[in-house]
Amino acid sequence: MSEFLQQLLNGLSLGAIYALIALGYTMVYGVLRFINFAHSDVFMVGAFIGYYLGKLVPEGTLWGGMLVLSGAMIGCALLGMFIERVVYRPLRHGPTLNVLITAIGVSLLLEYTGQIVFGAAPRTFPQIFPTANYHVGSLTISSNQLFVIGVAILLMIALQLIVFKTKIGTAMRAVSLNPKAAQLVGVNNNVVISFTFGLGSALAAAGGILYAMNYPSIDPLMGVMPGLKAFVAAILGGIGNIPGAALGGLLLGTVETFIGGSQFSTYKDAIAFAILIVILLFKPAGLLGKFTIEKV
Amino acid sequence: MLTVTDLHVSYGSISALRGISFSIPAGAIVTLIGGNGAGKTTTLRTISGLLRAKTGKVEFLGEDITALPAHQIVARGLSHVPEGRMVFSNLTVDENLSMGAYLLSDKALIAKNREYVFSVFPRMKERLKQTAGTLSGGEQQMLAIGRALMGNPKFLMLDEPSLGIAPRLISTIFEKIVEINQSHGITILLVEQNANLALEVSQQAYVLETGSIVMAGESKKLRADPQLKATYLGG
Repeated sequence: MSEFLQQLLNGLSLGAIYALIALGYTMVYGVLRFINFAHSDVFMVGAFIGYYLGKLVPEGTLWGGMLVLSGAMIGCALLGMFIERVVYRPLRHGPTLNVLITAIGVSLLLEYTGQIVFGAAPRTFPQIFPTANYHVGSLTISSNQLFVIGVAILLMIALQLIVFKTKIGTAMRAVSLNPKAAQLVGVNNNVVISFTFGLGSALAAAGGILYAMNYPSIDPLMGVMPGLKAFVAAILGGIGNIPGAALGGLLLGTVETFIGGSQFSTYKDAIAFAILIVILLFKPAGLLGKFTIEKV
Repeated sequence: MLTVTDLHVSYGSISALRGISFSIPAGAIVTLIGGNGAGKTTTLRTISGLLRAKTGKVEFLGEDITALPAHQIVARGLSHVPEGRMVFSNLTVDENLSMGAYLLSDKALIAKNREYVFSVFPRMKERLKQTAGTLSGGEQQMLAIGRALMGNPKFLMLDEPSLGIAPRLISTIFEKIVEINQSHGITILLVEQNANLALEVSQQAYVLETGSIVMAGESKKLRADPQLKATYLGG
């Protein structure tokens, strides 16, 4: 039982990170109908911004940690908006395939620029937040894990409030449903799309910091695997669906952790993806996605 | 109020509008009629900024708006209720109406506009919490017009408001269109395939055929025109 709870906790904290990244994929898909493959590298840049900011503040303090976290989120929000403005916007009226391939190009550009600028060798991420281990019965809970889950939940609640309670959030949903009609009521779609990229990239940066705290080694290719998993999580939850991305992330992280802790640990990725395939066979639009027939 | 001069629009190499010109005086209901593919929707989309003109000019209240993006054109008081209604299907009626007032920040004015929409379409008040996609075609049309009214327009362009609507609701919607024009002084440009109905409610009409205006004049006179009768009014 305690082993089960331990694994559940580990799984949820990994899943929370996947969920944070998945939200960015799903939001951008919602407004632009394409997968931003560079998103996983924004996650990596977030971790590196955190690494350098972490050197400037004293280790293991709450305020220092919060500063690093917010710095990385702001930095990545700007990066995401910059990428959209410079690379994706000029291609917006072309075929989606062009943007998709360009996104892969941006992803590679970030990864290999990262190798030049940061170097290819892995680095140890500083302990930016105070750490402690709590023992509950035979259960060991690290403050990092609690922190990951706590921050992820707070950010997801904040996102939900932004999307469903604010004017810009309603505009995001409107653009996603019908970009032309949104323009006709006076929405500047460029502003909304830019905002969406900023929001998604900020969440990816938070994911990057939280990931780096728990697996304290970072390198320019660190985004590839978590990015792929988060992409899968977004599909699993129903691409374009915000609660779906969160659910997909938590589910994938938990399943992966449980399999990783069993005798089949070698096959954990294979089994996690096999589960995905099975779920999609029965629910092709994802867990919370609605299968919509496009009206012409 | 609105003046269109020698407007040319094309989709790739296919030209959809071949130099049309017309003008709409303030306070009027003017209709643009014509068959399928005549260029009616293209005209509206070009005026509202969804499409770009190849050459020609659109002036609204004396200002050249030809090159403005759609959201800035709405901001000037020119609102377009598009063909097929285009309500935000997953948003509630309430949220759809709020989106209509996207550019307004004066809360009192938004509340006043909302009351006005409810007075024109009482059914919208009953359906506030329902998602727009679950409304009937007629109700969606009311919502689309209501959403446009939320933005306080001076000029309203309606694209095929009778399309896909239960026949008994069509006359209601047309009565409301006249009401909006008369009680609120909103100028209206009405695009319709149902030429009979459109000529009945409008003062002036333009007939569009394959991208050119082939006939223009007072609606009353056009209704009596034998040629028009034969082509559009069913004998």
